[in-house]
Amino acid sequence: MPTDTIDIRYVAKLARIALTDEEIEVFGRQLGDLLAHVNALSKLDTESVPATAQVVESRNVTREDVITPGLDRERVLAQAPQRQGNFFRVPRIIAE
Amino acid sequence: MSVPMDARIEKTASEIAADVRARRLSAVEVTEATLAHVEAVDGLIGSYLTVLSDAAREHAARVDERIRNGESLSLAGVPLAVKDNMCLESTRTTCGSKILEHWIAPYTATAVARLLDAGAVPIGKANCDEFAMGSSCENSALGVTRNPYDTSRVPGGSSGGSAAAVAAYEAAIGLGSDTGGSIREPGAFCNLVGFKPTYGRVSRYGLIAFASSLDQIGPLARTVEDAALVYDAMAGYDPMDETSIERAVEPAAGALLDDLKGVRIGIVRDFDTGALGAELDALYRQAYRDLEQLGAELVEVTLPTADYGVPTYYLIAPAECSSNLARFDGVRYGLRVDGEDVQAMYDNTRAAGFGPEVKRRILIGTYALSSGYYDAYYVRAQKARTLIARDFERAFARCDLIACPAASCTAFEFAAKSDPYSMYLMDYYTIPMSLAGLPALSVPCGWSTPEGGAVPMPVGLQLCTPLFGERLLLGAAHAYERATRHASARKPLAQEARA
Repeated sequence: MPTDTIDIRYVAKLARIALTDEEIEVFGRQLGDLLAHVNALSKLDTESVPATAQVVESRNVTREDVITPGLDRERVLAQAPQRQGNFFRVPRIIAE
Repeated sequence: MSVPMDARIEKTASEIAADVRARRLSAVEVTEATLAHVEAVDGLIGSYLTVLSDAAREHAARVDERIRNGESLSLAGVPLAVKDNMCLESTRTTCGSKILEHWIAPYTATAVARLLDAGAVPIGKANCDEFAMGSSCENSALGVTRNPYDTSRVPGGSSGGSAAAVAAYEAAIGLGSDTGGSIREPGAFCNLVGFKPTYGRVSRYGLIAFASSLDQIGPLARTVEDAALVYDAMAGYDPMDETSIERAVEPAAGALLDDLKGVRIGIVRDFDTGALGAELDALYRQAYRDLEQLGAELVEVTLPTADYGVPTYYLIAPAECSSNLARFDGVRYGLRVDGEDVQAMYDNTRAAGFGPEVKRRILIGTYALSSGYYDAYYVRAQKARTLIARDFERAFARCDLIACPAASCTAFEFAAKSDPYSMYLMDYYTIPMSLAGLPALSVPCGWSTPEGGAVPMPVGLQLCTPLFGERLLLGAAHAYERATRHASARKPLAQEARA
C-alpha cells in the first residue's frame, strides 16, 4: 500500500472544506495514523478476490414512467439559504 | 435525583399497546405522562434535541380515535424516540450537525411513517453523533447526552439519544440507525435490546445517508418482544428505496422462543478478547454457558478476518460518507456561509457546518477515493469485505447463530477516548456483521463496575445470524432474556446528578 505522506491541503480542496492551519496539522497527523492502521489490509491476499460493493442481492429497479407528485416547490424553496423567484440563488460562479 | 416514576410509562411497549387497545389506558394519558417525565429528567439526561409536545398530543388523540373506530394497532399509544437523522415531516431534523441545525424535513421517513401508522406516538427527535459518526454521542454539535445509569458516562453512539431516552423511560421504544454498531453499542451501554436487521430489510428512505451500503434502521427497546414488535411494524419492501429487499417478512413477535433446543451457537475463536479484561471475559463465558443451559449446542467457529473489520470499515464508510455528504454545500438547504465566489461559499459553509469527526471522515474518504489511491485503499477494502462475508458463510455452515461480545467495555466517561482510532476500536465486535450485512443484536447479559466507576454498568451480549435470520435471532434472544433477566437487576436515574 502507498506510504506517501498525505497532501492534506490538496485533499481538503477536493473535499471542498476550508481548513485552518491548526486543522491541517492535526488532521494530517490523524490521517497518517489511520493509514498506518488500515495498511494492515495489505497482509490479506486479495489478488483473486472480487470486490463487494453491496452485500445483498441487487437488481435493476424499473417502474412505469408515470408522473407522480413530488415535493411541493414552495416548501422546498422555503429552506433555501437564498432564493430568487423559483430559483436557488448562489454567489458568482464565473469571474468577470 | 429522585424522580417519581409513573407506572404507566414503566410498562413495556407491548403492555402499553395492549392497554390502549383494550381502552384501559388512553394514548393521550400515556403521552401526557411521558411528556411530564421528559420535562422532569431531560435537563439531566439530554436525550432529545427537539421535544415534539404538540405533534405528540395530536398523534395520541388520533390514535385514541382510531382505537374507538375499531382499529387494532400493534403499537397503539407507544411513546417513540426518533434518532435525529430520520425525517419527520414539518419537524426539525438536524443529524446533530450545525449544517442542518434549522432544517425542517419536508417529508417523513418510511420507517417512521410505518411506526406512526401502527399507533406509535413521536415524543421527540433524539440526539446522535453528528451524521451518525461516533460511538459516544460526544460528536453531536447540538447537545450532550448522559447515560441514565451513571450520568458521568456516555450513553454510547451514534444512536445514544434514542438509547438514553428508552433507558430513562422518556420513550418506550427508540429508532436508531446502525452503520458499524450504532444501535448495538448504545443498546449495550444503556441496558437495552439494540437490534440491527439484515441490510435492506428496513427502508432507508428518509434516513439521512452516512454510508449507504451499510446504513440500516433498527429498534432500541427494553425487551426483545418490544424490539420484535417494532421490527414487524416497519420491515419490508419500499419502492422509495431501491436497496430495500422485496422478500416477505416473517413476523418475529409471534415466534419468540422459550428455549434453544437444537440451536447450534458458534463461539468465535479469532476475536481478540484481550481488551475485555477478566471481569467482562468471565461475564461473557457465563453468558455462553447460559445459552448452553437453555439447550443450545456450543460449537467453536473461526472468523480468520475478524481483525480486519475495523480497517476495512474505516476505508469503506468514510469513502461513502465523503460522497454522500457532498450534498451539503450551502446551495439548496441548511447552513450557508458566504464567500467571494461559489467555490469559497462551499469551502466556508462546510468548514463552519461540519464538526471535526465529520471533517476527518470526509477527508479520509476523499483521499481513499482520489486518483492514484482508489485501488490501493478503496478497492482493497471492498475485496477485504468479500473475505469477511465469506468467513461468516463458512462459520454459518457449522452453526445457526453466533454469540460474542457487543463491546469491549462498559460505558466510558466523557472525553475518555480522545484519540480517534481508540474510538473506532469501540466497534471491533460489531463492524464485521455490518460489512457482511447480517442481522445482529445486543441483549443485556450482566453488570460490571468499570475501573473508577461508582456503580455497575450494563454489559451486552451480541447475537448474529445469517442474512434474513431475524426470526431465529429475536427468538433466541428472547429465550436468553427470559431465562436470565439481567436487565431488571438495576434501575436507571438512581444516582445523584454529578453534573
